[in-house]
Amino acid sequence: MAQVKVYITLKPSLLDAQGKVVQGALHQLGYEGVEQVRIGKYVEMTVGDGPQRDTQIAEMCEKLLANPVIEDYRYEVLA
Amino acid sequence: MKFGVIKFPGSNCDQDAYYTVKDVLGQPVEYLWHGDAELKGVDCVIVPGGFSYGDYLRCGAIARFSPAMIATQEFAASGGLVLGICNGFQVLCESHLLPGALVRNDGQKFVCKQVHLKTENADTPFTGTLSPGQVLQIPIAHGEGKYVCDEAVLAELNIANRVLFRYCDTDGNRSESSNPNGSQDDIAGIASANFNVLGLMPHPERASDPALGSAEGRAIFESLLKFWQ
Repeated sequence: MAQVKVYITLKPSLLDAQGKVVQGALHQLGYEGVEQVRIGKYVEMTVGDGPQRDTQIAEMCEKLLANPVIEDYRYEVLA
Repeated sequence: MKFGVIKFPGSNCDQDAYYTVKDVLGQPVEYLWHGDAELKGVDCVIVPGGFSYGDYLRCGAIARFSPAMIATQEFAASGGLVLGICNGFQVLCESHLLPGALVRNDGQKFVCKQVHLKTENADTPFTGTLSPGQVLQIPIAHGEGKYVCDEAVLAELNIANRVLFRYCDTDGNRSESSNPNGSQDDIAGIASANFNVLGLMPHPERASDPALGSAEGRAIFESLLKFWQ
């Protein structure tokens, strides 16, 4: 079994209103150097080992976990 | 003309759509259970509003893979009529029956109010009883109704007249203040390339009876009947 971590964020071309509001709040708290706050989703899962493992993880991201029309994703596989 | 209304866990406008077809239009209608791949021989599938599967992951993302939606995708591919309202529109985009996606409203809030829509193409199965430019008063109720797509898709939608409805004011004029959610190009509803699938965020089924404050959404259902006859 391998542990997989998937990170999903809105494409940079789309306004991440949540990120913008949180960035404003951080500035208010005095952290004025903070920029580019983006809020996304994080998915953890374990998958079985096999020759198709990486192909299948990419498929899962494309088909369900992310919507490639509006979101970018990346994943890490931890042995 | 026989209609089917899909019931997902979390649908909440299925009864409104059912009522509109049965009591307002006087047409036969059946509920289609999300777990069944059987469309019961209907002529038009309505994908209703609500929060299918709790809107988990993304609105419409899980519903896309339900047996009823797999069957609906085959139905649409063979020319079957499909009407997606609100969450139904989100499901149709996730299912790739319509291009683009619906994201959180610019204002970050759930918006529930009457809006005005301009009929941009009156020559489709969904708009045949309307005239070009006709303004309809229909309510919206959504938190994620901002339509987005890339430039190539937008150009294709405009060239092929696939934007059937745009947000406007009472006189049919478009401005920032008449767009309730920040939708690209004021888009409220789009059709598939063959015009047999329509997705829209406003709720015509909630504007089909004068007792509901507006009966102007009824024209969309009457257009379907006219097309079918």
